[in-house]
Amino acid sequence: MKLTLKIWRQKNTNDKGAFKTYDIDGVSPDMSFLEMIDVLNEQLIEKDEDPVHFDHDCREGICGMCSMYINGEPHGPLKGVTTCQLHMRSFSDGETITIEPWRAKAFPVVKDLAVDRSAFDRVIQAGGYVSVNTGGTPDANEIPIPKSVADEAFDAATCIGCGACVAACKNASAMLFVSAKISQLSMLPQGQVEKSERAEKMVAQMDAEGFGACTNTGACSAECPKGIDLKNIARMNREYLGSKMGSSN
Amino acid sequence: MSWLTDTLTSSIGRKVIMSLTGLFLIIFLIVHLSGNFQLLMDDGGLQFNAYAKFMTSNPLIKFTSYGLYAFILLHIIMSAVLAAKNRKARPVGYAKVKGSANSAWASRNMGILGTVILIFLVIHMRSYWYEMHWGDIPMDAAGNKDLFKVVSASFAQWWYVAIYVVSMIFLAFHLSHGFSSAFQTLGVNHKKYTPFIKGLGIVYAILIPAAFASIPLYMFFNN
Ligand code: HEM
Ligand code: SF4
Ligand code: FES
Repeated sequence: MKLTLKIWRQKNTNDKGAFKTYDIDGVSPDMSFLEMIDVLNEQLIEKDEDPVHFDHDCREGICGMCSMYINGEPHGPLKGVTTCQLHMRSFSDGETITIEPWRAKAFPVVKDLAVDRSAFDRVIQAGGYVSVNTGGTPDANEIPIPKSVADEAFDAATCIGCGACVAACKNASAMLFVSAKISQLSMLPQGQVEKSERAEKMVAQMDAEGFGACTNTGACSAECPKGIDLKNIARMNREYLGSKMGSSN
Repeated sequence: MSWLTDTLTSSIGRKVIMSLTGLFLIIFLIVHLSGNFQLLMDDGGLQFNAYAKFMTSNPLIKFTSYGLYAFILLHIIMSAVLAAKNRKARPVGYAKVKGSANSAWASRNMGILGTVILIFLVIHMRSYWYEMHWGDIPMDAAGNKDLFKVVSASFAQWWYVAIYVVSMIFLAFHLSHGFSSAFQTLGVNHKKYTPFIKGLGIVYAILIPAAFASIPLYMFFNN
């Protein structure tokens, strides 16, 4: 395959940055998108040019590190996958592909396509934990949890913190991520103790980081590689409002 | 800050204000529409004028109308605050955005749709509300201000009817997302009820604006 790549290049956080166009030939349709960028980078290194910086780690769709806003969508055109699981067969020969970093005030560009997502870490630090001692690995089914609840909590827990929801949202809102992280704990017995406080603290941190509000467009969920559902956001709103109104402080 | 201001200035709190004021406006539209249907009575507007008099003089209705003005203003002001905040959350935009791949057009353009509705509201208030309160309107046979005459005169102009109908289309799109969105904002998302709410929202968003638009159309073509 022959492709034209329009890639965002930016030296550092303070640099203004601009698009640069590269032509690449001999791309196999079976390559993953990241492998295709690897090939480009080898060519750039041979020419003594600065390779394109991008985030990646596991390359098997579980770590959430890879990002890239490809042709107007986070993680590209294929639904339910991360960029490392996107293959070049999803594109056509001769196509021009526009590649941008996640765009959000709370996700400053580090270099080129790599952004700093530590705002997510600070939201987790604000309340995404349980401080009760849960002991060693318990025997299975020691704590009775209905299957439907366990399933729903697990669905929320599949969020890999990639930030595609923020990238997709027209408001750069982090509500899908934050609501998934609130839900995975608040539905299970171990998460009950700090349930209401957790929603208040995590939402406050989310706002402080400068993420936008939710317009319920559903773009986050449609682009989420793990298909996190909007009902998590409704649950977060319930818990947040309930806690604000019901708590004694 | 107190817990209340803290809540109402949070990203979720602001949306709750949008949602509650929006739902209030949704209920108001039904009341307004049932009043408008009196325009179609074949009595030269006597019934409609008596109703207009009642709506501007009854103390309870007056009180409610101040609430309505406040809610509309709150809805508009909060939408401006949210729009500004949301824009600030993404200072550098994308070169290419494929919104149609993940969301409905109306949901991405609530601000534009709302702004057109706002412009319509200004025209609408100037034409009838202002005239009723401070305009020079002749009396009808029963001694009430003949607002019917003002309304039917405006609906005799094709361009006025066109503005009205087009605005109702914008309202329909605003509500096609707004109705169900308001419930999601309040935390109502349930396997049993959400499909019903979404369906009801679409039915409402089509029927109510269509019914509003049918009145000027009927009066224009019956003229
Ligand atoms: C009769 C007129 C109107 C009705 C019935 C109405 C109703 C609604 C409803 C139910 C929502 C959804 C709230 C939510 O998502 O929680 C909404 C959202 C919205 N409305 Fe209206 N509205 C009206 C007029 C306006 C006007 C005049 C404006 C602006 C000038 C406006 C701007 C907006 C915006 C920007 C949103 C989306 C806010 C967001 O989610 O970020 N609306 N409206
Ligand atoms: S909710 Fe989905 S899109 Fe958002 S961070 Fe989690 S996995 Fe990524
Ligand atoms: S590199 Fe780990 S999910 Fe893509």
